[in-house]
Amino acid sequence: MLMLLLVICAAANADESSGLLPVIPQAVKGEACVEPTDVMRRDHMQFLMHQRDDTVHGGIRGAKHSLVGCIDCHAQTDAQGAAVPVNAKDQFCASCHRFAGASMDCFECHATVPAGKRASTTLPAWMSPPTVFVARTPSTGVD
Amino acid sequence: MAGAHKSLADRSRRRFLAKAGVAAAGLAAGMRFIDFPHANAASDPVTGARRWGMLIDADKCARGCNACVTACNDEHGIQGQGRPETDAQWIRKVTLRDNATGRETSLPLMCQHCEHPPCVDVCPTGASFRRADGIVLVDKHSCIGCRYCMLACPYKARSFVHEELTDQKPWSPRGKGTVESCNLCVHRIDEGSGRIPACAEACAREGHKAILFGDMNNPTSTLAKELADDDSQELRADLGLNTGIRYEDL
Amino acid sequence: MAMTDNITGYTDFSVIEGRGAGFYTLLAALAAIIAAGLWAAHTMETEGHHVTGMTNQIVWGIPHVFAVFLIVTASGALNVASLSSVMGQKIYAPYARLSALLAIALLLGGLAIITLDLGRPDRLMVALTHFNMTSVFAWNVFFYSGFVALGALYLWTLMERRMNPLTKPVGALLLIWRLTLTTATGLIFGVLVAREAYDAAIMAPMFIAMSLSFGTAAYIVASLAALDCTGRPLDDAVVNGLRRMLAIFVTVVLYFVIVFHAVKLYGGGLQGFERFLLEEGGAITTLFWIGQIAAGSLLPLALLTWKRTAPSRVWLAAAAGLVLAGGLAQVYVIIIGGQAYPLRIFPGREVIESTFYDGVVAQYHPSLVEFLLAFGGVALSLLIVVLGMKVLQFLPRTRVAD
Repeated sequence: MLMLLLVICAAANADESSGLLPVIPQAVKGEACVEPTDVMRRDHMQFLMHQRDDTVHGGIRGAKHSLVGCIDCHAQTDAQGAAVPVNAKDQFCASCHRFAGASMDCFECHATVPAGKRASTTLPAWMSPPTVFVARTPSTGVD
Repeated sequence: MAGAHKSLADRSRRRFLAKAGVAAAGLAAGMRFIDFPHANAASDPVTGARRWGMLIDADKCARGCNACVTACNDEHGIQGQGRPETDAQWIRKVTLRDNATGRETSLPLMCQHCEHPPCVDVCPTGASFRRADGIVLVDKHSCIGCRYCMLACPYKARSFVHEELTDQKPWSPRGKGTVESCNLCVHRIDEGSGRIPACAEACAREGHKAILFGDMNNPTSTLAKELADDDSQELRADLGLNTGIRYEDL
Repeated sequence: MAMTDNITGYTDFSVIEGRGAGFYTLLAALAAIIAAGLWAAHTMETEGHHVTGMTNQIVWGIPHVFAVFLIVTASGALNVASLSSVMGQKIYAPYARLSALLAIALLLGGLAIITLDLGRPDRLMVALTHFNMTSVFAWNVFFYSGFVALGALYLWTLMERRMNPLTKPVGALLLIWRLTLTTATGLIFGVLVAREAYDAAIMAPMFIAMSLSFGTAAYIVASLAALDCTGRPLDDAVVNGLRRMLAIFVTVVLYFVIVFHAVKLYGGGLQGFERFLLEEGGAITTLFWIGQIAAGSLLPLALLTWKRTAPSRVWLAAAAGLVLAGGLAQVYVIIIGGQAYPLRIFPGREVIESTFYDGVVAQYHPSLVEFLLAFGGVALSLLIVVLGMKVLQFLPRTRVAD
């Protein structure tokens, strides 16, 4: 019981660098996301689902909420200059989705790396993170 | 005595100003996160003002040339799996011999982008649909992979994805378990930059110029003029589908 | 304990004994086949359909053959129920419950196969919430689920004494519903203008005739197994009635088949498909002549009408089994044969080269996973019937003459 309380308190007080919450690699491009982080966290599926109808039925591409736009900014680059798939472990989409236990269907069909970049082959996409990626300095907090 | 302590009004005024200042600073900082909508030519949905189509001249199509097929495969990331019966083909070359005269022709065959597509009629979820500008597409978000549209298509234009796919092109999402077919390189058309479908581009690059792409609704377009000038035909015209792809010298 | 069935007076219904090694072995065997079917579906979903024999030319295969067969048979299995509840043939009243159970079970088996074969079965929710109202498939989603619900409602009117007065109206609605459902199943193919083998309105009544024939045959097999083999009453009058009906329905199906093909053969120059089916189609031709016509229609007719075999229940069961096998062959010929024959895109021309199998008869080599999925669906239907009879009172125990 006490352990449970401790864990819950730790989770409530944890920030992203303490190891309990997903580590989201920082985007490689751009000043800021197209929406505030807390809005995105809650509503990104609403944005994407609305946008996909606009794109498929209306032919509107490159809009603010385009999935291709997300991947362009958020896909990491490894030491060899190849792009890391966003659904690889600890990468942008996968880290939160793994934490939340919500499966993602998008990348059955959608490309996981930006246009013109080849996918990182240092390790298979579904295995551990690439050799180098740009991220926050890891803290020495709770492991 | 007068300034021994601040009045209630002063204190509340100070608090208000402090809060207002913080709010303003926060707003200014927060503005960085807001991307104001800007005027965008491609931000309006497509309309029926245009109807995209093609005219294919079978005489100019060279037997043995596969430039259109290769270009389409490259453009959309279609990779052969070594299983020709299940590999996807959005466009294929067909060579014909006339039973009566023995004359041989070759031509490319792809989704005909009908005005009354049988595939759209039979799709249970409405995933197969005709866009306002005439392009017949599969909305793969809704496709359940039942393959009824494949049965219904008079041209056998559709392919089913029989295996897990990787390395998709960002402009052409494709996935296992859904049905797909030629989409007239809709991603190129939507750019609005004048790029034409990959097959037409490749055919022109090879020098054959058998595939002419354009807007059927625009009387000044080359396509419309060619269609008005010369005899062209639909494939399986008896079905009354009013296809967007027309053939001449078949 | 006695339960009243106010149609015929007093009929005592009971559960099957359902004990002993034989029963549990049956359950275990059915469960194992279902498990194999689920494994097959899982393999198809994770690997993709390249593990099956279905291709871009033959897009619907063994799973769909079995599914359509089960669905068509399900609709016809309600014959006895319709006769007793709607058409006032009281001798069938004690057997109406089994009829409804069989119908629901067969339909659920067929539905299971067809949904598990989808390329994206995880999107079933999309299919249930997004309807394109011009699609026969979309209508069928509605008809098939409504059939199960109405069938359950009908059973309730039979089994709950206070609901008995509603048996006739619900039964009538269910009759209309299943005729519409079977029409729509036939029209899945009938509306396809693209294919020479289909594109015919007559497929709707033909499918209704098929459902009457296969459904009666299935009911005969089920009732002989469930009643005769467990020492329960199955009146001679009922058995003779079923025999006569089966003979008539087999003849009606033969009539539709003859008219359908004769019209496609008549005049003009477009007999390509018929020539393929009747002469040159290899396995398709064999299945048509030997499976559908000889074994599935003519031989059963002989067994049902020849005075040496007609009175025997064993021969009746054999005839019913042949009708079912012939029915499976017929559905195979319709679905696979119709896809194997190439589309006539360039009339008057011969296709001499194509990378997409234009102009050639498509080959179909069904794979193990397709058969496992299909058998899993059949086993599911059987399991529902067997467990249903064990749990609820579907079978008449004794019959007090009225």
